[in-house]
Amino acid sequence: MPAIKTQKALLQTKKAARFKLPKAQTGINGLDDIMFGGLPRDRPTLLLGETGCGKTLMAMEFVVNGIVKYNEPGIFVAFEEKKEELIMNVKSIGYDLERHIKDKMLHLEQIQVNRQEIIATGNYNIEGLFVRLSLAIKSIKAKRIVLDSLDALFYGFDYKTLRSEFKRLFSWLKEKKVTAIITAENGDSFLMRHGLEEYLADCVIVLDNRVTNQIVTRRLRIVKCRGSIHGINEYPFSIDAKGISVFPIGSEALQLKSSSKRISSGIQQLDEMLDNEGFYLGSSILISGTAGTGKTSISASFAHSICVAKKRCLFCAFEEAPNQVIRNMKSIGFNLDAMVKSGYLTFYYARPTLQNLELHFIAIREMINEIKPSVVVLDPITNLMTEGPNSDIRSMLTRFVDFLKTQEITVMFTAAITVGSIERNPSDEGISSMVDTWMMVQDIEMDSERFRSLCVMKSRGMMHSNKVQRFEISRRGITLSQLVSAENYTSAETKRIDKEQRNLSTSGTSNLHENSR
Amino acid sequence: MASKISVKSKPIKPGDNGNYDLRLFVTGALPNSARAIINISSICEKYLKGNYKLEVIDIYQQPELALADDVIAVPMLIKKSPLPEARMAGDLSDTKTVLENLLIDDSKIHG
Repeated sequence: MPAIKTQKALLQTKKAARFKLPKAQTGINGLDDIMFGGLPRDRPTLLLGETGCGKTLMAMEFVVNGIVKYNEPGIFVAFEEKKEELIMNVKSIGYDLERHIKDKMLHLEQIQVNRQEIIATGNYNIEGLFVRLSLAIKSIKAKRIVLDSLDALFYGFDYKTLRSEFKRLFSWLKEKKVTAIITAENGDSFLMRHGLEEYLADCVIVLDNRVTNQIVTRRLRIVKCRGSIHGINEYPFSIDAKGISVFPIGSEALQLKSSSKRISSGIQQLDEMLDNEGFYLGSSILISGTAGTGKTSISASFAHSICVAKKRCLFCAFEEAPNQVIRNMKSIGFNLDAMVKSGYLTFYYARPTLQNLELHFIAIREMINEIKPSVVVLDPITNLMTEGPNSDIRSMLTRFVDFLKTQEITVMFTAAITVGSIERNPSDEGISSMVDTWMMVQDIEMDSERFRSLCVMKSRGMMHSNKVQRFEISRRGITLSQLVSAENYTSAETKRIDKEQRNLSTSGTSNLHENSR
Repeated sequence: MASKISVKSKPIKPGDNGNYDLRLFVTGALPNSARAIINISSICEKYLKGNYKLEVIDIYQQPELALADDVIAVPMLIKKSPLPEARMAGDLSDTKTVLENLLIDDSKIHG
């Protein structure tokens, strides 16, 4: 413990001594985390991306959030879209641009660049643009500005003019002390062709649309950000009715809470196996087992007990529809319907193939932020695994668990594994090393009877039982008991020896037969 | 519409009653702007004498006029009339292009 403390203290003093580049928060979910605070203040940021990546929307969110959240007036300069169209387009995500314009917090400037304007008769520059922007900045004392997009502005300009004017635009924006986003096409555009963005912009963000397994994922990457640390990975982001959300990692990991408080599993005998107290609050729990071993029942029992304790629970069903789960669990004595009605239990139901894994998590995260549950159940996690390579899933799950831990939310996953691959299922292996508590449920066949068994494979930070317990699902719920009764007791070893001897004797008789022949 | 076509098909010769209305947007007395003013003045005097109106607008002084005419590139010459409207960016040193876009037939003068 003291070691951790000193390290943390060291980190803090280091941080305090270091100069930090001033940042302008974007207010976009997750983006500020990756950027360690936001975009570089009073500097231009280049936002690159192909058509339909969400450049305009992201830029618009930056301006509107500036107005709504940070009281910074902003300008949006549209070279492509018409004012009215722009206002209509963002109405769908709840932005009332007309009101902001009336309040003198927003200035929409539509600049038509005429193709014919570029009849060159000698040297020229784009001073006219600067004059217009100056006017606009002055009129509302703007702190933020968006130019959407460069391609439309510079369309048809010759390379020499383009290069010098592009450079001038950037330094001009810096002089004006406005935080700027400039959007541009990625790929085969003039920017990339001439390598302009490489040295001119202080901060470059690239948006990307990718299709894998017929599922589209939007991704965001910060290519560079001078004078500041930033996340370097590609981060998935989503656009929905509430705007843009980026799924962050990293920065949160430092603030992970490790509670010593405990939470009951809802099954008394299982709590007994877990140090008599149950799971740790805010830990991650995995239940793996073959089909029909009772994974969903255990998680439903957990969810039920949470709701009975008058805490909220989010149940994410990826296989069965909520109604079906409710019906099935009623048969074993859990009345989930009442819990849903009283608002303690919320279902998230979506087919895994509906969207990318990351987008599921973004959707779930939003629900979590809304209903603030103390427990989240994902049933089953393995259904999501068809949607991408295992490494992706693992990193995604790690991020998700990190997120839940910062919120001190206990999470329970179930994982379906195929018979005979208990030890070898790679996806399962990936998760099982990651989680805090891992329980395995199995079908055991013994003396012409099949029954279910449960054992705790691992449970970090507690003295858990190593016993394999028999568990039964009845009308009154789940109970655990000793695996075998004393009378027909056969340990695994005696059983094996017994079988070996029987084999020996049968092979002996066959030998005899051969000899007699 | 009809007027546009007739103008295009029949370039105006000097002395025609074409009523040229020209606007030149400049930025103060910067080199490009100063050159543009000299160039257009001499062109007007040579080819359009007595038949033109030239307005020089400093966009620093009258930014609202630049706004009204959607001026981005400077210096910018706009031919308001005769129709069609024409826009030329640059210091107007490329006389041939300027004359072409002003629909002035240079050959008629020399030949």
